[in-house]
Amino acid sequence: MAAAASLANSTAAGAATAERKPARFALARRTILTPVLLSLLLLAIALITVMTGSRPFNQTVIDVFVRVILVVGLYIFIGNSGVLSFGHIGFTCLGAYAAAWLTINPMMKRGSLPGLPEWLLATRLPYWQSAVLAALFAALAALIFGRVLMRLSGIAASIATFAMLAMINTIYSNWESVTGATSSVVGIPIVRMIWPYLIGAVAAIFIAWAHAISRSGLALRAARDEPTAAAASGIDIPRERLVAFVVSGAVMGLGGALMAHSIGVVTPDTFYLGLTFITLSMLVVGGMGSLSGGVVGVVLLSALIQALRWLEAGVSLGESTFALPKGVQEIALGVIMIVILALRPSGLMGNRELTLPRSSRNK
Amino acid sequence: MLQILFDALSLGSLYALGALGIALIFGVMRLVNFAHGDVIAFCVFALLWPSTDAMAIVFAGQLPWYLLVPFVLLCGAGLSVLCEIVVFRRFRQANPATMMIASFALGFVIRYFLLMLFSSRPKSISLLPELSQPVEILGARLPLLQLITIVATMVILIGLTLFLRQTRFGLEMRAAAENFSMARMLGVRANRVIMGAFALSGALAAAIALIFGAQTGTLDIQMGASIMLMAFIATVIGGLGSLGGAVLAGFLLGAASVIMQVMLPIDARPFRDAFVYGAVILVLLFRPQGLIAARGTKERV
Repeated sequence: MAAAASLANSTAAGAATAERKPARFALARRTILTPVLLSLLLLAIALITVMTGSRPFNQTVIDVFVRVILVVGLYIFIGNSGVLSFGHIGFTCLGAYAAAWLTINPMMKRGSLPGLPEWLLATRLPYWQSAVLAALFAALAALIFGRVLMRLSGIAASIATFAMLAMINTIYSNWESVTGATSSVVGIPIVRMIWPYLIGAVAAIFIAWAHAISRSGLALRAARDEPTAAAASGIDIPRERLVAFVVSGAVMGLGGALMAHSIGVVTPDTFYLGLTFITLSMLVVGGMGSLSGGVVGVVLLSALIQALRWLEAGVSLGESTFALPKGVQEIALGVIMIVILALRPSGLMGNRELTLPRSSRNK
Repeated sequence: MLQILFDALSLGSLYALGALGIALIFGVMRLVNFAHGDVIAFCVFALLWPSTDAMAIVFAGQLPWYLLVPFVLLCGAGLSVLCEIVVFRRFRQANPATMMIASFALGFVIRYFLLMLFSSRPKSISLLPELSQPVEILGARLPLLQLITIVATMVILIGLTLFLRQTRFGLEMRAAAENFSMARMLGVRANRVIMGAFALSGALAAAIALIFGAQTGTLDIQMGASIMLMAFIATVIGGLGSLGGAVLAGFLLGAASVIMQVMLPIDARPFRDAFVYGAVILVLLFRPQGLIAARGTKERV
C-alpha cells in the first residue's frame, strides 16, 4: 500500500511542481522491470519443461500457467481495489463454456448441446480465436454484473460477488440444452503445446501491469488506501472499480478458455468453490497487493502441491518405498498455508514488487 | 399451506443457527469463519467410530439422547475452542482477508482429516429414528422431527438471548462485539470472551449437525458446506455482527427458498437457487449495511 501511495504521491508532486513535467512514460519505464522479470521466470519454467520432455510434467506446467492467468486476473480486481471477490471464477466458467461452444465439432454439438442458436452450432473456430472471443464474452458479463455490484463495497461486495458465482453455477448446472447441465461437455480440442499457455500467462501479466500504472489503476489504488480522501479528490470509485472488474473479467475468461483447452472437458462444478478458494489462497499467500505476489504464490503453492503428490505416490529411498497416507497432501497444504500466513500476514511478497534492487532504491 | 409454513420454519432454523454461529465470532473478532461448515461435519462424524468401510460403525450414536446431545455439543465447542487456541489466536492483528483465507485453510485441514479417517463415501445412519414418525397438527401431517427442529431452535435462541442479556459473561461479550478495544480497556478479558464466543459457536454448529444428521440420515463430508454458504449469506444480509439480524435473515432465506420452490413455474424450478441469490444481491443493493446494522461496524473517518 505504501508503494502505491508513494507512486501516486510522486506523480502528484511531479504535476504540482509543474515546471518540468515528468517525462512521458516515466512511470512505465520505472516499473516495466516487474512484468519482464515475471515473464522471464515463466519462460524459464517453460524452457526447462520442454527440455525434460516429460508428458506429465508438461501437463503440470500447463496447469500452473493457467492458474497464473486466473490469479493475475484476480489480482487486477482484488489487489487494486482491496475488495475481496469470490465471484471471479464465475467468469472463468463463462469463458470455458464459451470456448466449448465455439470449438467443438458441429456434428457433436448438435447432439450434445441442441439448445444453442443456429449460427453458434455451425461455427468452429481455432482455439486462439475462441480464447479471445471467450475473454470478450466474460468481459461483457463482467460489465453487466459490475454495473450493479460495483456500487457496493467492503464485505457486502464480497458476498454479492459470491452470490453472482452461485447464480452462474446454478444456471450452468441446470440449463440442460445449452450447457449440458451437470454432465461434462466433451470434445473440446485439447492443446498440448506449452507455448499458447505461456503466451496467455505473459499477456495476462502485461495487461495487469498496464492496468496498474494506468490513470484508472492508480486512482483505484488511491481509493483502496484512502477511500474518503480519494473520493474527495474527485475519483469516481464505482467507475474505477468497474474498469478493473471488466479487465479482470476478461483475463479470467481467457484463463477459462485455456483451461478448457488444456483438459478438454468442462463441467460447472470445476468452476466453483474449489477453484475459487485455491486461486484466492495462492493470491493471499503470495501477497494480495502485488502482481509479483500473485505469480510467486501460484508457482510456489503449485510446486508444493506437486511435491506432496509425489510423496503421496511414493518415493523409493534405497530399498524401502516411502509414501504418505492419502489425505496428508491436503492437510499439509492447509497447515503450510496457515503457517505462512501466521508468519507473514500480508503474504510472502508483502506489497512489494519483484524488481532489481538498484532501480527501486534510486528513485 | 401449514406444510409450507413448517418447511420454511425448519429450513430457516438451520440457516439461522448457522448464521448465529458465524455472527458470534465475527462480532468479537471480525473474522468470517469459513471453517464453521467443517466443524458441523466434524460433529456429525463424532458419532461414528473411525473406519473407511462403507458401513457406518455407530459409536456415540448409540447413546441415549440425554447423553448424546451433550456429547455432540461438547465435541463442537471443544473443536472450536481448539481452533481458536491453535490457529486464530495468531491472527488477531491480521487483516480480514488473511484471516478469512486462514480459516478456509483450517477448514480444509479438518475436512481432509475426516476424509482420512472416514473416506469420502457418504454413510447412512439412523439417528434417533423415533423422531421421523409423522404427527398430525391442525389437519397437516408433519414429521415430528420438523416440529422438534423448530422448537429446539426457539429454545436455543431464547436461551442465548437470556444468556447474552442477563449474565455478566453475556454482557462482556456484547460489549466486546460493539467496541473490542474499549471493552478491553474497561476490564473485559479478551481471551476469555473470544474463547467463549468460539465455544458457543461450536456448540451451535453441533446443534445443526444433530438436526441435519437426523433429518437426512446420511453423513457426508461435504454436508457442512451447503448450510455454511447460506448461513454466511444470512449473516451478511442480516448485518454483520448483529445477532438478531443474522437470525432474522436466516429465517427469511429459508422462507424465500421454500416459497420459491412452491411458487415458481415448473420450468424455472431447477433455477430456484439462482433466484434466491438474485434476491440476495437486491437486498444488498438497497441495504448494503444489512437489514439490522450492527453498531460499531460503521467505518469511521
